[in-house]
Amino acid sequence: MGRIGDRFESLRGRKEKALIVYLTAGDPSLSVTKKLIFGMEKAGVDILEIGVPFSDPTADGPVIQAASQRALKAGTTLQGVLDLVAEARKVSEIPIVLFGYFNPIFAYGVKKFAHAAHSAGVDGVLVVDLPYEEAKELRNYTDVIGIDFISLIAPTTGKERLTKIAAEAMGFLYYISITGITGTAAPKINNIKIEVGKIRKTTNLPIAVGFGISKPQQARDIACFADGVVIGSAVVRLIDENKNNRDLIKIVSDYASVIKKELR
Amino acid sequence: MNQTLPDKNGHFGIFGGRYAAETLMPALIELERAYQTARKDKKFQKEFEWYQHEYAGRVTPLYYAQRMTATLGGAKIYLKREDLNHTGSHKINNTLGQALLARRMGKKKVIAETGAGQHGVATATVAALFGMECKIFMGEEDIRRQAPNVFRMKILGAEVVPVKSGTATLKDAMNEAMRYWVSSVRDTFYVIGTTAGPHPYPRMVRDFQSVIGREAKKQIIKLEGRNPDVLIACVGGGSNAMGTFYPFRNEKNIAMYGVEAAGHGLWTAEHSASINGGKVGVLHGNKTYLLQDEHGQVRDAYSIAAGLDYPGVGPEHAYFHTTKKVRYVTATDKEAIAAFSFLSLKEGIIPALESAHAIAYAMKMAPKMAKNKIIVICLSGRGDKDAQTIIEKGVIS
Ligand SMILES: Cc1ncc(COP(=O)(O)O)c(C=O)c1O
Repeated sequence: MGRIGDRFESLRGRKEKALIVYLTAGDPSLSVTKKLIFGMEKAGVDILEIGVPFSDPTADGPVIQAASQRALKAGTTLQGVLDLVAEARKVSEIPIVLFGYFNPIFAYGVKKFAHAAHSAGVDGVLVVDLPYEEAKELRNYTDVIGIDFISLIAPTTGKERLTKIAAEAMGFLYYISITGITGTAAPKINNIKIEVGKIRKTTNLPIAVGFGISKPQQARDIACFADGVVIGSAVVRLIDENKNNRDLIKIVSDYASVIKKELR
Repeated sequence: MNQTLPDKNGHFGIFGGRYAAETLMPALIELERAYQTARKDKKFQKEFEWYQHEYAGRVTPLYYAQRMTATLGGAKIYLKREDLNHTGSHKINNTLGQALLARRMGKKKVIAETGAGQHGVATATVAALFGMECKIFMGEEDIRRQAPNVFRMKILGAEVVPVKSGTATLKDAMNEAMRYWVSSVRDTFYVIGTTAGPHPYPRMVRDFQSVIGREAKKQIIKLEGRNPDVLIACVGGGSNAMGTFYPFRNEKNIAMYGVEAAGHGLWTAEHSASINGGKVGVLHGNKTYLLQDEHGQVRDAYSIAAGLDYPGVGPEHAYFHTTKKVRYVTATDKEAIAAFSFLSLKEGIIPALESAHAIAYAMKMAPKMAKNKIIVICLSGRGDKDAQTIIEKGVIS
């Protein structure tokens, strides 16, 4: 098992739920992202999703769109993100999932990417526009090298499709809590509970819930039935609001530890 | 020629596919199934034809452009007059098909992206016709340069949503339409305006637009007793070109030319020639040729013709490029403007700036061809919408 599986297992032993935090790499700069990675680990974050910025993030709301634009303006590339992970990996064992869109990976070369990501210490990849039907194009390379291909389940995913996806899933299943793009609506806890229950019947893998979660109470409610919560836009917004503040890392870390407290 | 493309996952060779967010996948699969049944349903086809004839005004003429031919002094030139369709372009062929499908599927809300506004107008039109709620996503830059079409959409009862991101043109409008669709997918039908997007759109739009080539084929046989030697159409996403070429794809000895927009020139960063100046990549749900940098970030396209201002191209065109079925060439802004004036003055037909790219290429080719050769050009739309742009360019005072 890799770092992701290990982490969920040790959390299970401690009866804790996973806090997964999304950061757009390179917003405001790769060096700040690196500090944030260490800060998040200290704050008790269990898994990091490192967003690889893309020019056309069609599954993202305004907050992550703007962060991607800033990161690209700052010159962030996929190679830069891989180098960042390699740097962080020298001192940190936090599981890292690269999160993004397929074109930058395709342009890099899928095979070359799989090797580079593996040697940088990437544990998983989540590619928003690479659904089950197209996933082989990347999984042919990442599966064999031990990188978890994280699959998404949406509120619109039917039973038959869910079963197919779950059968080939790795790492954890990511349930999208809203029918929408990132960070644009508040999730409805009762509906999510029902859906997570359905997913549970198809898999032994941990189930994380994300998109639109920002408040400690929401995290606590979701942690009652899911194995982890993902916080994205809320953290990205906090980083943007405080990017000129000397206490940026502390502010974001404090926010993360407040959420993590709800998951213990 | 493989008759079965795209394959069941929407691939044309290595191109096409369904690179879409999971939230949309069930809707795309539902759409594909609905389309497959509708396609084989005689009643649906009859209804579609009825609206094409009685409402859109088809059959469109295949017009022998006598003065254009005489002035250029070479091949005989015919224009397939898609500009004479209701709403002024070929876009209505596709929106009628998709709206009928939406109605069949019980969807009462439609959305669309638009560049030149022609697809937006054609969508707003069918939404009014079938009593559907309609939202059109349009880049702010395009709203400025295609103002007459914005008014038309509003008159037709559509909401025009301005898009500010990127260069505020067609690509950004499509991004925003896809985002909106992710949030509204349960009750909303996305009317994509060209042979791009995730499967089944490229195939479905091709089928709906193929009426152009089917008619042209019958007409030229009647007029000339034979197939044309050359077909020319402009390529934005590629729907008028695919509609023109597809019915001729298995004919021998026809040279087909898709004309991409070279903007300020292929050697500059300001053009929209995805095949001639791009690399293979993935955007808006399909794999195709894309204008992009070495890191896979999509570059902004540019063309004086808002409807060609798109960094990608339909996946089947990418496929036809690699199989050499179609030759993809270019025309610059300057050449398109000259062609715009030429056709207006010689034939009394004001072409859309998009279509003027096809005219421009024909103007280069025709003089070099023998007089017994035949060129058919798809005149995809009329140019009223471009009056403002042309005046700004100082072409007329
Ligand atoms: C008149 C006209 N021709 C051509 C195009 C380009 O689209 P396509 O390549 O799909 O035909 C447009 C797009 O708006 C248009 O309005």
